[in-house]
Amino acid sequence: MDFALDTFRWLTDPTNHSGPNGIPVRLWEHVQVSFLALFLATLLALPIGLLIGHTGRGEFFAVSVANIGRALPSFGILGIVFPLTLGVLPGFGYYPTLIALFLLAIPPILTNAYVGVQNVDRETVEAARGMGMSGRQVLAKLEVPLAAPLIVAGLRTSAVAVVATATLGAVAAGPGLGRFIIDGFVTRNLAKAAGGAVLVAVLAILTELAFGLLERSLTPRTSSQGRRRTPRAGGIATPETA
Amino acid sequence: MNQPVIGAILDWDWVGRQLDTIGVQLVEHVQLTAIAVGVGFVISFPLAVFAYRHKRFYAPITWVTGVLYTIPSLALFILLIPYTGLSTATAEIGLVSYTLLILIRNIVAGLRAVPADVKEAAEGMGYTRRQILWSVELPLALPVIMAGVRIATVTTIGLVTVTALIGKGGLGFFILRGLRDFFPTASIVGAVLSVALAVVADGLLLLVQRFLTPWARAVKVRAFA
Amino acid sequence: MISLQHVSKRFGSDGAPAVADLSMEIEEGETVVLVGPSGCGKTTTMKMINRLIEPTSGSIVVNGTDVLRQDPVQLRRGIGYVIQSIGLLPHRTIAENMATVPRLVGWDDARIHKRVEELTAILELDQELLHRYPGELSGGQRQRVGVARALAVDPPVMLMDEPFGAVDPIVRGRLQEQFLDIQERLKKTVVFVTHDIDEAIKIADRIAILNKGGVIEQYAPPEEILRDPANDFVERFVGSERGLKRLALIKVSEIEVEEGPVVGPSASVEEAIRTIEKHDLGWASVVEDGELLGWVDGAVLEGRREVGEATPRRFSAYVTADSSLRQALDSIVTSRTQVAVVVSEGQRYLGILTLERISREIVS
Repeated sequence: MDFALDTFRWLTDPTNHSGPNGIPVRLWEHVQVSFLALFLATLLALPIGLLIGHTGRGEFFAVSVANIGRALPSFGILGIVFPLTLGVLPGFGYYPTLIALFLLAIPPILTNAYVGVQNVDRETVEAARGMGMSGRQVLAKLEVPLAAPLIVAGLRTSAVAVVATATLGAVAAGPGLGRFIIDGFVTRNLAKAAGGAVLVAVLAILTELAFGLLERSLTPRTSSQGRRRTPRAGGIATPETA
Repeated sequence: MNQPVIGAILDWDWVGRQLDTIGVQLVEHVQLTAIAVGVGFVISFPLAVFAYRHKRFYAPITWVTGVLYTIPSLALFILLIPYTGLSTATAEIGLVSYTLLILIRNIVAGLRAVPADVKEAAEGMGYTRRQILWSVELPLALPVIMAGVRIATVTTIGLVTVTALIGKGGLGFFILRGLRDFFPTASIVGAVLSVALAVVADGLLLLVQRFLTPWARAVKVRAFA
Repeated sequence: MISLQHVSKRFGSDGAPAVADLSMEIEEGETVVLVGPSGCGKTTTMKMINRLIEPTSGSIVVNGTDVLRQDPVQLRRGIGYVIQSIGLLPHRTIAENMATVPRLVGWDDARIHKRVEELTAILELDQELLHRYPGELSGGQRQRVGVARALAVDPPVMLMDEPFGAVDPIVRGRLQEQFLDIQERLKKTVVFVTHDIDEAIKIADRIAILNKGGVIEQYAPPEEILRDPANDFVERFVGSERGLKRLALIKVSEIEVEEGPVVGPSASVEEAIRTIEKHDLGWASVVEDGELLGWVDGAVLEGRREVGEATPRRFSAYVTADSSLRQALDSIVTSRTQVAVVVSEGQRYLGILTLERISREIVS
């Protein structure tokens, strides 16, 4: 109980709410690096995933990326990127963290975009082509809207993983809320470490909820079941896809 | 391809000197993973069967395990330390809690996918509820359940590396060392071996799954014949 | 054998009953078909017999025992059950599927093995299929395995829920024939649900025609339902061609045939011509000691003294005593002379059937 109380005290202590090491600054760093990594990963992975799904070419590549992405430990990515970029890029821990998060975010976005487009009913696509839609129009007017819930589910998986892993960036002197955890841990200030942990946990859950809401708003309503759920992090694998 | 650069990154002499430590950490990695997935399964299985039979409990159960799944691993470990210290227990509690959502979702999905007509025929022939569960539903759900076990195993193997931060970690030990000492070789050894371990574990589990579900193969062969 | 007394089923606390106050008796060894439009409660009625659905009220007695007083699991093991989608266990081989109920009731391996062999023979299944999985079989094969599995412990009662509904018409016809064959030998008490009136007419000893809410509109042998539909609903459900359908159920041996123009080989040609002219068909059958030799007409007999001197021509088609009147009708309308010649085994001449005679049967 003392521990919980200490943690609460640390979280509510006004001195922790300002200054260059205050909660708002660290929170902003955390959100900023996470968002940028997610944005850059989306910029790269989404078009590739859509294209693979649309053309049906490069499926092996997409599946491989998914499998490697699942097997590669996020901590490992950080561990490799950090020593390699040290001295190459300015700053100490920011860019290694960004690069690691960027790499981490790619597989779910790419895979879900590919699977989402591929799952669009082939007969619907054929009907659209039959009505004279070009390939580009089929993609833009049919495949992307229909795949939207799965695409967002991929973004959700990536976003939650990125927010969580950004915490680990602090081990490599990175920015964000992880700083509280690592610094608290190292200085044996458990209340501080736990305060950071609580903040990170809340941020991750909020991220999950926010993307969950976005995903719901994009999922078409079916008459009988209300809104259909789409797979998400820790999703269900069919024996064929796994 | 670019020999000098690779040579600069990977210090093979160091790798050679560390073979013993690598072995030790590898064993620890496997142990931490096996216990986590094993305990996770033991907890998930009754919960999943319960959630399958009583639909209204599925949402709350996945909500709770979903929150556990979403909490960043490092945060969870830190929050456990005051209670269980820097121990294997702390590591395992964290690791187990990440397997729950994956396993429960897959077990339930597998059970739900059992064809209704097969269940009806079994009931009509005089199977008891328990017999239907053990000799009809679970065998037929096995491929999806095993897929869940595979995902949980691969995910856990990755997460084990993070436990290096609380003094465990298996191969994560090398990753942490690489980070701390700015020594890429150690990080690469840790990450690559961790990936290799995940691939091998996934393959082995797939073999187990094939062995346990001969009927699925028979159908597939027919489908491609 | 099976007795339903004032059986009702209501799903949920309110809403219309699926089955309301239904009573019927099913005799031992009889095939009773429950037929009716969707929502008539036919499947519900059947499933209450093995308690896959619990009746809201009323009593069901099978073989002298009230099913509601029995453990449902034990009850089901003693009643064969076949459903449209078959529901073979996909993870068990065909042999294992057939052994399902014997295993549940604790037979030993030797007895099970012997029974599987027997069932394989009864259903004319290929031995080779026994070690395959259901996913490797065709629809028709699976359906027969489903029936074999239901027969495994030789239950006196079989419940069959549209068992042939999922296969194509040709296979369905063959399965129906096989069902009749097996039923002829095994004499099970069968409750069979279908929405196909023609299937019902083909296989039923008695048909119960059900209307919405599980009301029995008529419960009678097929022939009676076709001849004398109880009301408008039955008449509409049985559909057009009622007369034709009924003809399919009446055997030629069940009605009186006309003697027709008959002459012996020793008859004189004059006598033969008189017979031919009297019947106004233009020909006469040649019968020697009851055996039909063929037919003769004026042209064949020209220039001869006795019928025996001419070679009688063979009839291109006969009808046997076992044929249905529908087959006889077919023979009549396709023959040049508008007559069907009826013989029994060994070409024994029985007489002729005319269109007039058959239409009298339809009207009666």
